[in-house]
Amino acid sequence: MNAEAQKSRRWTLWLPLALFAGFVVLVLFGLLRPADRDVASAMIGKPLPTFDLRPAVPDRPGLASSNFGDGKPRLLNIFASWCIPCAIEAPQLDRLRAAGVEIDGIAIRDRREDVTAFLARYGNPFSRIGADDVSAVQLAIGSSGVPETFVIDGKGVIRYQHIGEIRADQVPLILEKLEEAGK
Amino acid sequence: MKRIVLILAMLLAFPAFAQDSLPPAPYAYRQLDDPEQEAKAQELMETLRCLKCQSQSIADSDAPMAGDMRSQVRMRIAAGEEPAAIRAWLVERYGDYVSYAPRVTSLTWPLFAVPLFLVTLAAVLLRRRFARASK
Repeated sequence: MNAEAQKSRRWTLWLPLALFAGFVVLVLFGLLRPADRDVASAMIGKPLPTFDLRPAVPDRPGLASSNFGDGKPRLLNIFASWCIPCAIEAPQLDRLRAAGVEIDGIAIRDRREDVTAFLARYGNPFSRIGADDVSAVQLAIGSSGVPETFVIDGKGVIRYQHIGEIRADQVPLILEKLEEAGK
Repeated sequence: MKRIVLILAMLLAFPAFAQDSLPPAPYAYRQLDDPEQEAKAQELMETLRCLKCQSQSIADSDAPMAGDMRSQVRMRIAAGEEPAAIRAWLVERYGDYVSYAPRVTSLTWPLFAVPLFLVTLAAVLLRRRFARASK
């Protein structure tokens, strides 16, 4: 074997170790980076699917897709009385309501008396509340949990999805998204 | 300390609270009467991801939302819808994430191409080595 070939052999000797080191870096990266477990809806930019839900509580009308698209952007909040983060986001929804935002709700797998008790305790910012007993509308709009909040524009098109509770510092973000949807 | 106890208490209390009190959807735990349709539904449900639990299929999960998805799948199959159409309907809403059946797309093609490439490379290298050895 000549010197040239030996030189190239020496170099390839380190290749497996380099590959292994690269693999370790990849594993460490996957271990240390906080994984994103949110499942984003692929329905952003598409019109709301057709639905018609019965009222979830006696003192608010039910919710149908035909209630949207009246020219004004609105929030669609997916919640449930059995969901703790939903209670945490209640003050933020009240703030949005106070700022003049119209909010419609969909109660997932919930009983009338439970929703009533939940709203009595944490406040009722909703204009309409539909009851989704088998998560049918939730599946149709690509929502994978509670709470989730969708910005629906004046034409009834889904413009933004907020996954998880709206925290106090996220109220301006929601207002901004509503304004964008109103343009 | 108090805060830690509070956080622990909340973590422990959460699963108990995070269940609804409604009965499961009609076909969440009930098979379709037609065994052929049920087999079709079962095959599909095993390749749809539970959105709440994420490492289980909806056929394996007891999450209420997985039950609702099973019920919807069974009712659609019973109504004569094809499994491929139901999968497409869900993928339209949740992206490829919801499906366990791999698809070749502009993002996933390397997964299919790289093994082919490696096998070809190995074959070429081995052939060269054997050719050299037999000289």
